[in-house]
Amino acid sequence: MPFATIDTAAKRGVSAVQQYSLLSARALANLFQRPFYGADIITQADLIGVGSLPIVVLTGFFTGGVLALQSASTLAQFGAAAVTGQLVSLSMIKELGPVLTSLMVSGRNASGMASELGSMMVTEQIDAMRALGTDPLKKLVMPRIVATVVMMFFLTIVSDALGTLGGAFAAITLLGQDPSQYFHTAYQSLQYPDVLQGLVKPIIFGFIIATIGCFYGMNTRGGTQGVGRSTTQAVVVSSVLIIASDFIISKFMIGIFGR
Amino acid sequence: MATKEIAPNVIDPQSETPPSEVYPEAHAVEFQNVSIGFEGKPVLENISFQVKRGETRILLGPAGVGKSVLLKLANGLMKPDSGRIFVFGYEVDAMREEDLFRLRGSIGMVFQEGALFDSLTVRDNVGYRLTEEHVPDEEIDKRVAEALRFVELDGKQTKFPSELSGGMRRRVAIARAIITRPELLLYDSPTGGLDPITSTTIIELVIKQRDVSHTSALMVTHRLQDAFMLATHRFSKEANRMEPLPEKEIDPSTSFLMLHLGKLVFDGSTHDLVHSEDPFIKGYIS
Repeated sequence: MPFATIDTAAKRGVSAVQQYSLLSARALANLFQRPFYGADIITQADLIGVGSLPIVVLTGFFTGGVLALQSASTLAQFGAAAVTGQLVSLSMIKELGPVLTSLMVSGRNASGMASELGSMMVTEQIDAMRALGTDPLKKLVMPRIVATVVMMFFLTIVSDALGTLGGAFAAITLLGQDPSQYFHTAYQSLQYPDVLQGLVKPIIFGFIIATIGCFYGMNTRGGTQGVGRSTTQAVVVSSVLIIASDFIISKFMIGIFGR
Repeated sequence: MATKEIAPNVIDPQSETPPSEVYPEAHAVEFQNVSIGFEGKPVLENISFQVKRGETRILLGPAGVGKSVLLKLANGLMKPDSGRIFVFGYEVDAMREEDLFRLRGSIGMVFQEGALFDSLTVRDNVGYRLTEEHVPDEEIDKRVAEALRFVELDGKQTKFPSELSGGMRRRVAIARAIITRPELLLYDSPTGGLDPITSTTIIELVIKQRDVSHTSALMVTHRLQDAFMLATHRFSKEANRMEPLPEKEIDPSTSFLMLHLGKLVFDGSTHDLVHSEDPFIKGYIS
């Protein structure tokens, strides 16, 4: 590859990171400036939160169930089938709940944001909004970030609860385990650092989903093909960032709390 | 007067005076040696011109020459690589975005394809700016009806843009631009892609706005027939329609600019344009 091409690609990459950081910072700063688009936050919370509820419920329930099924046989080899509840609840609350919920919401909403804002970009609606005296970062980006962060927090709690119930369903009805033992180990093994870890992650993941979705949407060029490209990129990049940042957050929190 | 000496770039949000009236002696628009390029290629080079208050300037030029870019520069939607741009005495290229939002309260812009918000009704599109200013609903309804009457679309408030024809969408875009009675109107090819009859209806609205409200305007077009219609017609309030000016008479407040290969090749009156000896201009208007 000629040096000029590498040079151009590197500059483009740095410029994209700079634009992403600026967009995120300005959108967050807008949270404390007037006008405050409260109604838009509620609308987005409904679209993102309530709209994503069915997929989050189903994903959480069946993930918990399959986790119990897969782990119980392995645990039984060591005579530890009784801790199935502990394994399911810790796995769901610390890792699978936040990550799977985020990936589901990313697939549904990062793509939605990128395509909606991207269509508005290519049809000059964003320019029209600016020409009419409205800051699109305030009106369009800030409500999406706030709504995604808040709703991700609650969706993850729902997913964690449904995952534990799904695990209980599999362990009790399919594997014949004792219900009180399942729920007792599931509850007793949990400590505050586990819950904290499981609740910090969705806030960061929610921020990633909304800012990446909006960033690709607001930087869409090239008509309908460009909208399609932005939508794909938003889902791919947000998914990869969620998994990568999950590793970093886990390492960081294990370092602090020791578990 | 040249505006560079008087232009602070901050608009007081508490001020009762509209930004367009803070410096009444300043031109509506003034470009000083403005250049811009994309990906290393120059698009506009050393562009200088003025739009005086109450004047209508028609920007002509072949497709892709940078006419729309120039209009976006005038509204602060893009920043030039070099040069200075003043609107009502404010230097838009040096203003913060939030001050630009306040200044844009005095500017109406009609985009090339209308750029209506496709998820909002005609009423919400036209009244968008008023909604953002928290004007009471009854007042918005009244002013939307008034603006739609101006473009002869009253009764279409509940329609969505997708339910309207191309010409109707442009008329809604004009209604949206004029609802706050701006002091400057920027028209980006308002007749582009429309049939001749619909184009004439749109130009009639532009002439009506010019002659009834005496708003300063900068209109981009590549259709000569539209440009000359603006120069040779006036709006009759009595007859409520456009009519031709007497023979050999042209509208004194309408003049022309022409872009070619990124440079301003003409800046003058209709008479000067028609009698220009420049081979490109002669070829363009013949």
